[in-house]
Amino acid sequence: MELALWTYEGPPHVGAIRIAASMRDVHLVLHAPQGDTYADLLFTMIERENRRPPVTWTTFQARDLGSSTAEMVINTLEGVCERYSPQVLLVAESCTGELLQDQPGALAKGANLSAPVIPIEMAAYTHKENWGASETFYQLVRGLLAARALKPGETKAPRAADQPPSVNLIGPTKLGFRCRDDVVEVQKLLEQMGVRVNVVAPLDATPRDLLRIPDADANVNLAPEVGDLTCDWLKRQFQQPIISTVPMGWGATRDFIAEVSETLGLDIDVESVGDSRLPWYSRSVDSTYLTNKRVFIFADGTHAIAAARIARDEMGFEVVGLGTYSRERARDVRALAKEYGLEALITDDYLAVERAVEALQPELVLGTQMERHIAKRLGLPCAVISTPAHVQDYPARYSPQMGFEGCNVLFDTWVHPLIMGLEEHLLTMFRDDFEFNDTAAPSHLGGEGGGAHQPDTVASIEEAAETDEPGAIAWAVSAEKELRKIPFFVRGKARRNTEHFAIENGLSLIDVETLYEAKAHYSR
Amino acid sequence: MTEVIARAEPTGTPAVITERGERAVFCGLTSIIWLHRRIQDAFFLVVGSRTCAHLLQSAAGVMIFAEPRFATAILGERDLAGMADCNEELDRVVSELLARRPDVRRLFLVGSCPSEVIKLDLANAAARLQRVHDNRLRISAFSGSGIETTFTQGEDQCLASMVPDLPTAQDSSLRLMVVGTLADIVEEQFRRHFAQLGITEVDFFPAARADDLPTVGPGTRILLAQPYLSDTVAALRKRGGKLISALYPLGIQGTLAWFQAAAAEWGCSAETVQEALAIPIARAQKALSRVRSSLEGKTLQFLPDSQLEIPLARFLSEECGMSLVEVATPFIDQSLMAEELARLAEDVRLVEGADLDSALARVRANRPDLTVCGMGIANPLEAEGLRTKWSIELVFTPIQGFDQVADLAGLFSRPLVRERQLEVGSWS
Repeated sequence: MELALWTYEGPPHVGAIRIAASMRDVHLVLHAPQGDTYADLLFTMIERENRRPPVTWTTFQARDLGSSTAEMVINTLEGVCERYSPQVLLVAESCTGELLQDQPGALAKGANLSAPVIPIEMAAYTHKENWGASETFYQLVRGLLAARALKPGETKAPRAADQPPSVNLIGPTKLGFRCRDDVVEVQKLLEQMGVRVNVVAPLDATPRDLLRIPDADANVNLAPEVGDLTCDWLKRQFQQPIISTVPMGWGATRDFIAEVSETLGLDIDVESVGDSRLPWYSRSVDSTYLTNKRVFIFADGTHAIAAARIARDEMGFEVVGLGTYSRERARDVRALAKEYGLEALITDDYLAVERAVEALQPELVLGTQMERHIAKRLGLPCAVISTPAHVQDYPARYSPQMGFEGCNVLFDTWVHPLIMGLEEHLLTMFRDDFEFNDTAAPSHLGGEGGGAHQPDTVASIEEAAETDEPGAIAWAVSAEKELRKIPFFVRGKARRNTEHFAIENGLSLIDVETLYEAKAHYSR
Repeated sequence: MTEVIARAEPTGTPAVITERGERAVFCGLTSIIWLHRRIQDAFFLVVGSRTCAHLLQSAAGVMIFAEPRFATAILGERDLAGMADCNEELDRVVSELLARRPDVRRLFLVGSCPSEVIKLDLANAAARLQRVHDNRLRISAFSGSGIETTFTQGEDQCLASMVPDLPTAQDSSLRLMVVGTLADIVEEQFRRHFAQLGITEVDFFPAARADDLPTVGPGTRILLAQPYLSDTVAALRKRGGKLISALYPLGIQGTLAWFQAAAAEWGCSAETVQEALAIPIARAQKALSRVRSSLEGKTLQFLPDSQLEIPLARFLSEECGMSLVEVATPFIDQSLMAEELARLAEDVRLVEGADLDSALARVRANRPDLTVCGMGIANPLEAEGLRTKWSIELVFTPIQGFDQVADLAGLFSRPLVRERQLEVGSWS
């Protein structure tokens, strides 16, 4: 039993719904109780989908238990075939359905339905959403393509001389982070290289499209959380190599171009494919203030790994924390964290992440919707870089994370929550000015400005809490006055650091000297 | 898949058509979202699966920034294998939780679909945990599972589970108990109105503090603020309370009738009530008249969801001039709905239960001006050129009482106003 306040991933059947909702002409029947249908709103509200996900639920209730739940499965399956005539029917159970042991997959196989059936075993009590998506997509691809696999000893036919090289983009889904735009951007990139995109799947693919997957020369594993299993299987069965660099960030995009060229045997100069403004924007003088800003990163495996490299090498930040909730990617993230001199945080406990952020006091948090909560509460700037995300992270504008345009988007997105370089100096210069002071929000933050004042609120709450404790630390009036002279956006940190320093040194009263001792102690 | 049984009611109320099929409704766990805002020192621990946790955070909109006062104890493979361990695990989780939240005065263990299917006895667990934490807080259990409860019925189960804790009234003097979650602001307004009527012996259940439990006994008069509280009413009646049959306090007519029914018990005539409340009534009429014009003559269809459908249909047709195409509700408690049903026109198509696909087919055929439905269905219908109002807003927004009448009507008029206002694109 595990105590969860918020959860980073849904149950595995939500992963199955993501696959069905991403595709066309597929229908998913879920054996599930009334209430599980809430999952529709993830797609229609958060992603503003204009159609219901192609899912039909048995929605059994207590009165159906023990007698007619199996019959409900059959009736639902027949109704779905009649109403939707899907090319493929996926059949699975939610966590409660699994406990009934009605075996809807077997029932469907034996029901002589008009559509081919692919049953998916979810194991809801051990797995989570991304596993469910990965497993569903794998079973679907395998179910459709197993009969066409290369025989032992057979080799993949070489590409005809008059055919352009081609790849499939494997893994993008609905409710993935910016998948819609990433697919467009990566397609553009490949087009520049003269590479044809054969099939994109599961996003917007039909089962018939999946049958064409073996025609491509290689598979781009664009969303490893979903695509890993399928790419591996395709490699074994169809000898399709895997292009595994995720083109997120300037360096990774160039590496991607190089890997595609090498895999497909192309002779392409990386410089000729494209470029972004990020290298120059990072080198321009205003970006000097970004130097060694302390950044905390927590995301799914793919986005965490990509963000760490971008943060350190392309933005000039210092990565002070790195973690993921994707247990499947724990090994990769651990290895990378080690390279950054860090211990990776592998957890799906939102409170553990909150504790880490609180202890590290980063200057920027890059995370999910959960870290957005944490950062908001602690008054820290934050940008969302990964699922789970909320409706504002499914924007109307074109906003890819991958390819060269993705670099531009990431630069803007990460810099925006910070106080800009020049403004930082002005704030210090004019901090007592009547219309440019602590209570006036930084101009570019607009309505979000209030967030910048929160460090103080947090600190004062903490203070109040601490006065109740024996051995509490007191601030001398002079020190308190000096503290007010520190720009508000770093004041919370200064207060914390000073108090921390005082505790460590066994001081009960903080005076001006303590304040500067602490400053010297923590300065880097 | 649909089973249609029409039966004629002798009273002249609409015939009830029963449907069975796919149900697109929330389960009772969703009630936790407004219950935990109401009972401010209660914690709700769902014993369930990752699905339960995911539902709560999706329905709560992932928008609550403080540490929430609800959580899920997620059952794992090992819990399913051995029930003894499962209870030990639950004890551990509860101890952890209580250590973290010393401010909590009441803990609800909330049953879910999986906990019920594996027959995990949470009432028993609550009793056991109560013995351990006896001097600290009260612990009890109720079910919010989808197999037992639909959406707002979770609140019914929660309140019913608290009834045994209510102290017994010392004497049989008259005392009013307003039952059902209301926003603080509405409670304050209602208290003022009751005082204007000379009724000061008023309790609200549930109260903002878990320890503020009203007494119950033969002098208790139960006045329902929410229409979905069948089991709570039954439990209160067993303890001697008497139910005041009334309309629900939605709309001017509903709110007035509600106060009149209560005041009658205190020997106050309907006219006296109308006079005493003349100012808020006039204010409500003025405010409503501004909204009414956008609703008048428009057609309306309810998909079954919140159980507020019948009183809302009464308000929107009687006071806003809307025309009811169909009123569907998850289920109808004839005794709690008697007054409301009598106000619906006999030819209104009234559906109990659900069969999603046929209901949607009727929406597409009727093309009503407005469809009230669950959140998951709203955008797809909008994309088909149909205006919608998603019903979860009706349980999160203060809509009861005179001063909220215009806000309530506004929830329905906004989509229609927006349609007229937008000069971009087209819905049809």
